[in-house]
Amino acid sequence: MRALERKLLRDLRGLAVQAAAIAVLVACAVAMFVGSVATWRALARSQARYYETHRFAQVFAEARRVPEPVRQRLAAIPGVATLETRATGAATVRVPGSDEPASARVLSLPPDGAHLNVPYVRAGRTLAPGAADEALVSEGFAGANRLAPGDVLDLVVNGRRQRVRIAGIAISPEVVYAIRPGDVFPDDRHYGILWLPREALAAALDLEGAFDEVSLTLAPGAREEAVVAAVDRVLTPYGGLGAYGRDEQVSHRFLTDEISQLKTMAAVLPAIFLGVAAFLVSLVMSRLVATQRQQLGMLKAVGYSSAEIGLHYVELVVLVAGAGACLGAIGGAAMGQGLARTYADFYKLPVLVFEGDAAVVAIGAALAVGGAVAGALGAVLRAVRLPPAEAMRPAAPPSYRRAAIERLGPVRLVSPGARMVLRDLSRRPVRALLSALGLALAIGILVVARFAGDAMDLMFTRVMGEAQRQDATVTFTHTLTDAAATELRALPGVRRVEPFRAVPATLRSGHLRHRTPLLGVDVDAALTRLVDADGAVVPVPPGGVVLSKKLAELLALRPGDALDAEVLEGRRPVLRLRVAATVEDYLGVQATVARPYLAAALGEGALASGAHLALDPRALPALQAELRARPNVASVTLRAATVAAFRALIAEFLGIYLGVVAGLALAIAAGVVYSSARVTYSERERELATLRVIGFTRGEAWRIVAGEIALHVAAAVPAGWLVALAFVVYTAGAASTDLYRLPTTIARPTFATAALVVAGGSALVTLVARRWIRRLDLVEVLKSRE
Amino acid sequence: MSDARPPVFRARGIEKVYRMGEVEVRALRGVDVDLYEGELVVLLGPSGSGKSTLLNILGGLDAPSAGTVSWRDHDLATRDDRLLTRYRRDHVGFVFQFYNLVPSLTARENVALAAEISEHPLRPEEALERVGLGDRLDHFPAQLSGGEQQRVAIARAVVKRPDVLLCDEPTGALDAATGRLVLEVLDRVNREVGTTTVLITHNASIADMADRVIALSDGRIVRERVNATKKRPAELSW
Ligand SMILES: Nc1ncnc2c1ncn2[C@@H]1O[C@H](COP(=O)(O)OP(=O)(O)OP(=O)(O)O)[C@@H](O)[C@H]1O
Ligand SMILES: [Mg+2]
Repeated sequence: MRALERKLLRDLRGLAVQAAAIAVLVACAVAMFVGSVATWRALARSQARYYETHRFAQVFAEARRVPEPVRQRLAAIPGVATLETRATGAATVRVPGSDEPASARVLSLPPDGAHLNVPYVRAGRTLAPGAADEALVSEGFAGANRLAPGDVLDLVVNGRRQRVRIAGIAISPEVVYAIRPGDVFPDDRHYGILWLPREALAAALDLEGAFDEVSLTLAPGAREEAVVAAVDRVLTPYGGLGAYGRDEQVSHRFLTDEISQLKTMAAVLPAIFLGVAAFLVSLVMSRLVATQRQQLGMLKAVGYSSAEIGLHYVELVVLVAGAGACLGAIGGAAMGQGLARTYADFYKLPVLVFEGDAAVVAIGAALAVGGAVAGALGAVLRAVRLPPAEAMRPAAPPSYRRAAIERLGPVRLVSPGARMVLRDLSRRPVRALLSALGLALAIGILVVARFAGDAMDLMFTRVMGEAQRQDATVTFTHTLTDAAATELRALPGVRRVEPFRAVPATLRSGHLRHRTPLLGVDVDAALTRLVDADGAVVPVPPGGVVLSKKLAELLALRPGDALDAEVLEGRRPVLRLRVAATVEDYLGVQATVARPYLAAALGEGALASGAHLALDPRALPALQAELRARPNVASVTLRAATVAAFRALIAEFLGIYLGVVAGLALAIAAGVVYSSARVTYSERERELATLRVIGFTRGEAWRIVAGEIALHVAAAVPAGWLVALAFVVYTAGAASTDLYRLPTTIARPTFATAALVVAGGSALVTLVARRWIRRLDLVEVLKSRE
Repeated sequence: MSDARPPVFRARGIEKVYRMGEVEVRALRGVDVDLYEGELVVLLGPSGSGKSTLLNILGGLDAPSAGTVSWRDHDLATRDDRLLTRYRRDHVGFVFQFYNLVPSLTARENVALAAEISEHPLRPEEALERVGLGDRLDHFPAQLSGGEQQRVAIARAVVKRPDVLLCDEPTGALDAATGRLVLEVLDRVNREVGTTTVLITHNASIADMADRVIALSDGRIVRERVNATKKRPAELSW
């Protein structure tokens, strides 16, 4: 082994703890990156594979009632590859042994089995040909209600009672996310999907010889918009609600959105982590190189070239960062596999395509090592650029002056040690600044790691506590008159009824469009309200529409602008609406209008699609029984169930990921705190030895180090909060979609905890610094010159 | 000595100005000097007179602010780091006033550090034996005395079999006996291998072992003396 390589290894051994701290830092950042990206890619691949194997359709259309022969005209549309029609409807379900009402979407299955959106039977078997009373039940619903093949369910479809036997438990690419129309979260206990034989279901729905839904796949090269338009032309006379592609299919949107959310997280958080790690490694490395300035000058004097010396230090960095990157890659891959499995289970994806992503590992490692090398290289270049004669001299001491603060009276009284710290601060402000910045970044990372959890909590308070305060929401099978809706007031335990009207529509502004229902609510509605980010209630204006801020952004609209709402039912009028206001909400996007205004625009009377209810909880069982008995009630959503679903989503889904992120953030923060303190000490080592020789006690010498670290922490805390805010705004912005937005508010305890962790960690390391000072070898330090 | 031969070092009008903010320090103010092959030259002069500055320029460690300086066909006034590195690597051995050993390497490894990048080096052990440290091969600098560290530094300089040996106060920190030992090593290398040697010292009696003595003061050469007979280090009165 060459002497230079030996020096490398010995230096490395001397720096063992510091090197380990850096390696851990890099490992965490790389693990975060590799794990997140691998998870996201595995899910995206699994989704694609699932769609392919179970032939998820590409275009969907619903209509009221279309005679089956129209199918030929649809199939003849150029660009259509495979096409399937079916009958669909809503059902209330009585689960044996449960009093709570559940609702379901019922879908017909062709006698010869589905060709598109093929259910994947996980237990039991598919429907027997000719068996009229068999059903497949979606896995989520079956699981939540403990249903197994052979069990019997009582359904009410279209007002008719029907008893079915469960043949099998299934999942399907079109309902990966089984969400009741209008809901935001899956509620497996109270909502499911049932597949019934076409004949039997059509009979129940009065759709014999007809269909109300069609889905199709596109031939290679076909243009989706063209096919959608053609399908619309065929179906409009039959009450077509407008065909749409996958990107408006609810389940696909939710799943894709979740995956892309993960992708954003996989890009944003690790980017922050990697960036911070690279910055810190470069910081530590450049200071390390600075302390080796004389050795560097000597190597040059002996005849080593700048390149050889540069390479020597680069090797040092690569070894440390590379070790960290390897560790991180292994950990990240394991983490990715675990997370991907959890998520695949959560989404009930039947296939998990987890491929060792060598490219991802390589990119993560290259980023980390590259960042570290880039940082260290700067310092090495600065050092090798000096003429060796100068490098061998210690860096010219900056001219000492009295620190400005010292001239303020009382500071004169402080100890010489404190004065040294203050003077250093004023003569080497950049060094102190960088130390503080490192700690600030650690605080930022800790905050951003916990922020998503905070954001969810706030979102929950806003949405469930202030915006949507109803105890239950009832939707009707058809629009009812107001009188029929307010009549619910007479039911047991109902304290208040607020009817609403939802009209399917496509909103248009210029070439931008977004499909979202127009929601008509009463101006004096108290149960559901529009609540802005700051908690203020935005009143529903008597005229004009209030848009979610995100929706306004998507359509590039501002208050005062006008938009067109293409109504997708009835006479299909196009309403021109003025944007009265926007509201910064967090869940979904909404276009809200006053109900009378909507009724006038549609030329209809006071109608309701459903109603929000305030209830006396004691009367709930009786109420549920009553509601179940009403044929015109399509579904009942209970607040409690939504709350539970939301909590489950956060706990099960985000919780795991955020837990991992928080752990990694903590490890990174620890690495930062240690490195920062250690570097601060190393830079003063010689000075401290001199002071000890002069007669300073260990305690006095230690106080200088402690004071300096304390100063860094003091500066880091406010800076860290600013950094955190920047990270959070960046993350929230990147994670904002039309399905949900994260509020950029950070809970005060999160701020405080992050600051305390860094301050506490620094205090701990400062205590360890006592040992460093005890071990200080006075003779050795002074024997060689600096 | 033999002024008839062409000089190996040729310096004309070299100046060195250190700029520190507002203040300018003129370390060399126009130095002309020729050094010949195989010569042993001693540089004398009060502290701050520019001795180290001149030596560093001759060794390609620093470039002059003005003037020309060359060793054979190497231009040493160049700012091209690659050329200067080549020159140092292939031709120069340094002994610094402060030993500048790598603390994490043993004596042997410190010497090997230089040996490994030269074309025809001595074995590091051999170089260390020459300076009387054959029994200290595996000691770290921290385990060696100041004089021993200095001798390791000399071994590191001579192990390359350099054409030029530049020593900045190699005996400054040593007692008489050890100092003599160090000088003997330098003298032997100079006589046996014919290495051109420049030696800075504050000890005027050491000047007696030189072929030529050059005295600097305030950045200028003020005196130059050729010794008719060179004394052996052993004969020096300390
Ligand atoms: N890097 C530098 N920056 C500013 N001034 C310098 C620098 N290096 C040397 N000097 C100044 O240049 C002058 C010559 O310095 P040099 O080191 O050559 O002196 P010297 O003759 O070797 O002295 P000594 O015998 O004390 O080693 C001195 O006045 C010194 O202060
Ligand atoms: Mg000197």
